[in-house]
Amino acid sequence: MKTIIQTKKITKIYQIGTVAVHALRGIDLMIQTGEFVAIMGASGSGKSTLMNILGCLDQPTAGSYLLEDQDINSLSRIRRADIRNQKIGFVFQGFNLLSRTTAIDNVELPLVYDRAGRIQNTREAAADALNRVGLSDRLNHEPNQLSGGQQQRVAIARALVNRPTIILADEPTGNLDSRTSLEIIALFQDLNDQGITILLVTHEHDLAMYTKRVVELKDGRIFRDEVIRDRRDAAEDMASLPENGTEENANGREAA
Amino acid sequence: MKWMKFPRIAVKSLLKNKTRSLLTSLGIIIGVGSVIVMVSIGQGSQADIEESIKSLGTNMIMIMPGSSNRGGVSRGAGSENDFTMDDVEYVEEHMTCCTAISPVVGAPAQVIGGSGNWNTSILGVGIHYLDIRSWGMDSGEFFTSRDIRSKSKVAVLGQTVADELFPNENPIGQRIRIRNTPFRIIGVLSEKGQDARGRDEDDVIIAPATTVLYRLKGGENIDMMMASARSVEVMDQAQEELADLLRIAHKIMPTEDDDFHIRSQTEIIERFSEVSGVMTMLLGSIAGVSLVVGGIGIMNIMLVSVTERTREIGIRLAIGARESDILTQFLLEAGVLSLAGGILGVIVAFSVAAALNSIWNIPTVVSPFIVFLSLGFAAIIGLFFGFYPARKAAILNPIDALRHE
Repeated sequence: MKTIIQTKKITKIYQIGTVAVHALRGIDLMIQTGEFVAIMGASGSGKSTLMNILGCLDQPTAGSYLLEDQDINSLSRIRRADIRNQKIGFVFQGFNLLSRTTAIDNVELPLVYDRAGRIQNTREAAADALNRVGLSDRLNHEPNQLSGGQQQRVAIARALVNRPTIILADEPTGNLDSRTSLEIIALFQDLNDQGITILLVTHEHDLAMYTKRVVELKDGRIFRDEVIRDRRDAAEDMASLPENGTEENANGREAA
Repeated sequence: MKWMKFPRIAVKSLLKNKTRSLLTSLGIIIGVGSVIVMVSIGQGSQADIEESIKSLGTNMIMIMPGSSNRGGVSRGAGSENDFTMDDVEYVEEHMTCCTAISPVVGAPAQVIGGSGNWNTSILGVGIHYLDIRSWGMDSGEFFTSRDIRSKSKVAVLGQTVADELFPNENPIGQRIRIRNTPFRIIGVLSEKGQDARGRDEDDVIIAPATTVLYRLKGGENIDMMMASARSVEVMDQAQEELADLLRIAHKIMPTEDDDFHIRSQTEIIERFSEVSGVMTMLLGSIAGVSLVVGGIGIMNIMLVSVTERTREIGIRLAIGARESDILTQFLLEAGVLSLAGGILGVIVAFSVAAALNSIWNIPTVVSPFIVFLSLGFAAIIGLFFGFYPARKAAILNPIDALRHE
C-alpha cells in the first residue's frame, strides 16, 4: 500500500466582506491506494472545501498537501491543471457533461488536454472507459438522450479515462433516485475492487456504509475517522429492492 | 497535445449554434463584402477611365503651339503659331526617344461626292499618324511619304463619312470634292466610336498634311504635332527631348520661355487615377467601418457565449484544461467565425460585383489584393475582438464556474 494523499494541518479561510469564514480548521488526512473513503458531514462542515483542495481546484490558506509525494501548494495554476488532468478524476452531483456532445466525445475530453500524451488512441480509450461503466451501446448518444444514471456513468467513464490516481466523487448520487444511486454505488464498489482509489463526498449515512472508511467533518475539523467493518454490497441490496424506482422517473426529474 | 483538435472543437461548438453563428458572422460577411464591392467599383471605374484615355493613343505626346509672351503680355495659347513642316522634319531627324511624329493640320470642310454631301473635318497628317493614334485601316491603304512630298490629292475616310457618302458602294477609288478640290479615296479607317469627350472619331477625312496645308488651308503653319514615345517608361525623357529639339529649331534663347506646350496622356491618366484613387479609398474606408462594427458584434456574442457557457468552461478547467487552452478555444471560435464570415463575404462580393457588371453595366475589378487584405483584416478583427471574451473565459475560477447555473 502506498500513500496517495497526505495533508497536514490544512486550513481554509474565506474572506466574505469583513467577515472571515473558517471553512477548514486544520485537517490531517492520509489516504492509501485502493481505499474507498466517504467524507461526510452536514452542509457547512467544510467537506466541499476539502474536496476542492484535494482536487487541486482550490488552495488551502495554510498547511501542506502532498499528492503522490508532490507538494501541490507550491505548484502554479498551469501545473495544477496538469495534475487535475493526469491524476484526478472528478464525478459531480450535476453530472457536468457537455451538452449536445456525444458520450464518447465527453469521455474523450480529458485526453484532449493531456499534454503528456500518455494514451495514443484516445478514441479507443474513451470507448473502453464507456464499456467499463456498461455503456458500450450508448457511445453516440448525447446527454439529453440519456437517463440520469446513464449520464452519471458517462461522467464516471470520463473520470476513469485518463487513468487517475484517485477519483473524487462529490455527491454523485445527489440527483438520482435511490435505485439508480445504488447502481452508481455498485459501480464504484466494482471499480474499487479493481484497485481504483475513490473518495466519495456525501451527506447520506446510508451511502457511507458501502465504502471502506468514513471520515466525518464537523465545523472544519475531522470529527470521526473510522473503518467500516460490515461493509454493505450495493449490488446485493439492489437485487432485494422492489422493481419500482426506475431510471425513467429519475430521468424525468433530472431533465429540469 | 493534439493541436489539430482545437480548431475542430471550435468548429463543433459553433455548429451547435448554427443560427447564432451565422447571424454573428453576418456583420463580417457584410463588412468584407462591402469593402470588396466598394473598392472593386472604385478600381473598376479607374480602369475604365484609364482604358478610355489610353484608347486615344499609345504613349502619345501632344505638342501644341504656345503663347507668346512679349513684354510681359501673354497673348494666350496659339497666339504665336509657328509650327511648320520644317520643325516636324527637324524633330523627326534628331529624336531618339520617340518612334514616330506627325504634323496635324485641321480644317472643317463641306465634302461632295457619292450620294450627297457632308460636313466634316479634314485632318492633314503625316504617314505615322495611324501608329501614333493606334488607329487601324478597314480597307484600302494609307498614303505614303511620296504622297506627302507631292501633295497628292488622296483621302482616307472615317467610317461615318464613308457611310454617309457611299452607303451602298465601295468608296475606294471613288472621287470626292473637298472645297472644290477633287480627291481620290484610297482607304477607309476602321471604326473607333466616340472619344473621351463623346465626339464621333469616325467623322473625319484624313489626307496628307502637305495637301491640306497648301491646297486647302493655305499658309505655312501646322496646328500641332503628335509624337509617340518609345515606351511609357521614357515618357518624361521623350518630352524633354522634344522640348530641347523644338527650342533649337525655334532658336529660343536659354533665358526665354518655350513657345509651345507639351502634354502627354500619362499626365491626364495620372490626374484621373489620383481622383478615382481617393474615391476608392473613401469608399473602402466607409465599408471598413462596417467591418469593425461586425467585429464588435462578434465580441458581443462571444461575451454572451462565455457567460452562457461558464459551466462548460468550469468542466474543461476541472478536467485539466489550462488557461491557455480555454483562451485558444475561444480565440479560435472568434477567429473561425470571422474568417468563415470573411470567406462568405468574399463569395457575396464576387456575386454582387458580377451582378453590377452584367445587370447595371457598372465596371468592377475585384483584385486579389483587396480580397486577401479584407480577409486578413476580418481575421485580425475576429482575434482582436475575440481576445477580451476569451480572456474572460480563461481566467474564470473553476469552482465558481462549475457552480454557475
